[in-house]
Amino acid sequence: MTWTLATPLVLPFLTAVLAFLARYGAAGRWFSVAGNAILLGASILLMARVLDQGVIATQMGGWAAPFGITLVADYLSAVMVVITAITALAVSVYALSDIDERKEHLGYHALFNILIGGVVGAFLTGDLFNLYVWFEVMLISSFGLLILGGKKEQIDGGIKYVTLNLISTILFLSGIGLLYGMTGTLNMADMARAIDTVENQGLVTVVAMMFMVAFGVKAAVFPLFFWLPAAYHTPAFSVSAVFAGLLTKVGVYALIRMFTLVFDGDIGFTHQILLWVAALTMVTGVLGAAAQNDMRKILSFHIVSQIGYMIMGLALLTPLAVAGAVFYLVHHIIVKANLFLIAGVAERTAGSTNLDRIGGLYKSAPLLAVLFFIPAFSLAGFPPLSGFWAKYVLVAAAIEIEGWIIAAVALLVGLLTIFSMTKIWAEAFWKPHPEGVDPELTRLTPQARRNLLIPIAALAAMTLVIGFSPDPFVTFAKDAAAQLLDPTAYITTVLGGEA
Amino acid sequence: MEALIAITIGVLVAASVYLMLARNVLRFIFGLVLISNAANLTIFVAGRLTEGAPPLIPVGADGPVGDVANALPQALVLTAIVIGFGLFAFALVLMFRAYSTLGTLYSDDMRIAEPRTEDKT
Amino acid sequence: MNSIILRVGTQYLCGILVLFSLYMLIRGHNEPGGGFIGGLIGSTGFVLFALACGTADARNALKVMPQNIAMAGLGIALLAGIYAAIFGDALFTGQWLFINETPEDKGIPISTVLFFDIGVYLVVFGSILSIVFAMEEEI
Repeated sequence: MTWTLATPLVLPFLTAVLAFLARYGAAGRWFSVAGNAILLGASILLMARVLDQGVIATQMGGWAAPFGITLVADYLSAVMVVITAITALAVSVYALSDIDERKEHLGYHALFNILIGGVVGAFLTGDLFNLYVWFEVMLISSFGLLILGGKKEQIDGGIKYVTLNLISTILFLSGIGLLYGMTGTLNMADMARAIDTVENQGLVTVVAMMFMVAFGVKAAVFPLFFWLPAAYHTPAFSVSAVFAGLLTKVGVYALIRMFTLVFDGDIGFTHQILLWVAALTMVTGVLGAAAQNDMRKILSFHIVSQIGYMIMGLALLTPLAVAGAVFYLVHHIIVKANLFLIAGVAERTAGSTNLDRIGGLYKSAPLLAVLFFIPAFSLAGFPPLSGFWAKYVLVAAAIEIEGWIIAAVALLVGLLTIFSMTKIWAEAFWKPHPEGVDPELTRLTPQARRNLLIPIAALAAMTLVIGFSPDPFVTFAKDAAAQLLDPTAYITTVLGGEA
Repeated sequence: MEALIAITIGVLVAASVYLMLARNVLRFIFGLVLISNAANLTIFVAGRLTEGAPPLIPVGADGPVGDVANALPQALVLTAIVIGFGLFAFALVLMFRAYSTLGTLYSDDMRIAEPRTEDKT
Repeated sequence: MNSIILRVGTQYLCGILVLFSLYMLIRGHNEPGGGFIGGLIGSTGFVLFALACGTADARNALKVMPQNIAMAGLGIALLAGIYAAIFGDALFTGQWLFINETPEDKGIPISTVLFFDIGVYLVVFGSILSIVFAMEEEI
């Protein structure tokens, strides 16, 4: 029981140690792949256990909650861990051909696995200060990954990424201090009970806003997203894929967790702000993308825009809306990581990611074109791909409570997303290559072709599976939402029965 | 005592915001050090300032004897200092690298990742 | 820094600092001290070495790459946490072994907590040295 929860947390760090000590040989990269494959197995076991029991919790070191550090998994945490493991496995296979030896010697695989460990830790912890520590683990390893290789663009983007994220960290830390001063506890479940007894509820709202800003920077919401499009197009493709897929989503997860479990006292105020933030994030992200002309920059701005949808689900706070947010998270991680991986192959085959300099990919790499088509139009919300159902659930939830404006914004942004995706399609895949030379996928060695395309195909297949049989996923998301909106089971499980 | 520390935190934050608004990234880093210390003090004072002995359990006893200080905020501050130290070291190396590769410390001149006009050729 | 006084002094100081850091590491069990502070003190020894004789000599004296020390330390700390699994306890539960235990005396206690602390020591020692050496070599 306890180890079902602890294994996914420990595995990435063990993998990191092994991969680092073996970084000068071929073994290092295979440790990474094998470790992530085992991580996927362990996370599926965790998922099975959670589906069976609802919420499971364990105390690190055997110190009882709320004094010790709790590891806890409910439906949302479990599904996020599974998705993390899937993304990590896909990216680690992709990295076999994407990462050169110099980056391996600098410790790419170790940093990557520590990053995954930090992400898993953030999803599984039940302790607010521990969440801060996992955020830092993630942050430090992502700093390293971002500037690994040391190109000028990387240093430049890295500075913006580092500085803005450090400010968010400080806000988060101060918020933890103040919240601890008010409630006398750091355990999130215990805090959910204690927060109602705080005399000055106005102060609680102030601290809630601190957390909103701190997690808002991590999640890249309007107007705090500027670091993201400045940095995400600079590192190696496998790095930006895992960043795009996972990092901002940890911020979204933290927002969902805190604003359903702890800060649910003044919903009229906090969630109204979240709703505005959601709408503005969607619009600015998609407009920013329309102005860009580089595949990775367009995709970076679309991360921002898509984050808006998830925040919208949280802000509406109805069972259907939160279910939509959970569904969107799952769909988005797979699709977005995949699109960045595809951008990497496009750069290798056509020589650039700048849309003016490439073209003709449809002719020279039809398989890649098909594989791009699936996640790209899933992102835009074409039926019957996964993105359609995610948007459908969210818009249905908005209409259900007569939020016409937010529903209209969501639909409009969907349309503009189609514009961006068709732009990439037309420029990179359809029009002939501007230099006349047709890029040929055969330029890749068969081995590179295999390593790069298998993860992309696997993730695309998952998008199709979710798209063609959304029922079990929607049902699951609804169950997860029910757990989030009524955290009694979460609290009793963590605190060991006494409600 | 709480009021005094609260004022100290305020002064630290004000000074750090002044430093962080500078275009020079090195000043920004110094501002960051100050504000992280302000955050640490916030945690420290949020755990209530009490006069008490160190929370150590004497030999043979089952728990601490008499009034002891709250150990948790100190543990949190220690962790935060350690993490802050690591981040600061990293940020400093990054700024140094930025200075040697980009040749500037002014954030206005750092436009390589996002050129002012989109390169059309 | 080319100073004969510093160089000669460092030869002795480095050893003493490392020895003192080990003392702090073990003392940390019941009194102030521990792996983190020990690692800091130990690393100052080699930082001093690098200042006096250059990083190349310091790296030679260390023999192992500091990054590897840090990662090995992480591995040791993790293993100390996982060891609890054998006994069916939760992650990071302390496991104790008392050598020469008698009814009156507890003997010499050995615990996974100590190994965790050794791991912390190595992580701090290794990471500080990798940062300092890297910065020294850049400048």
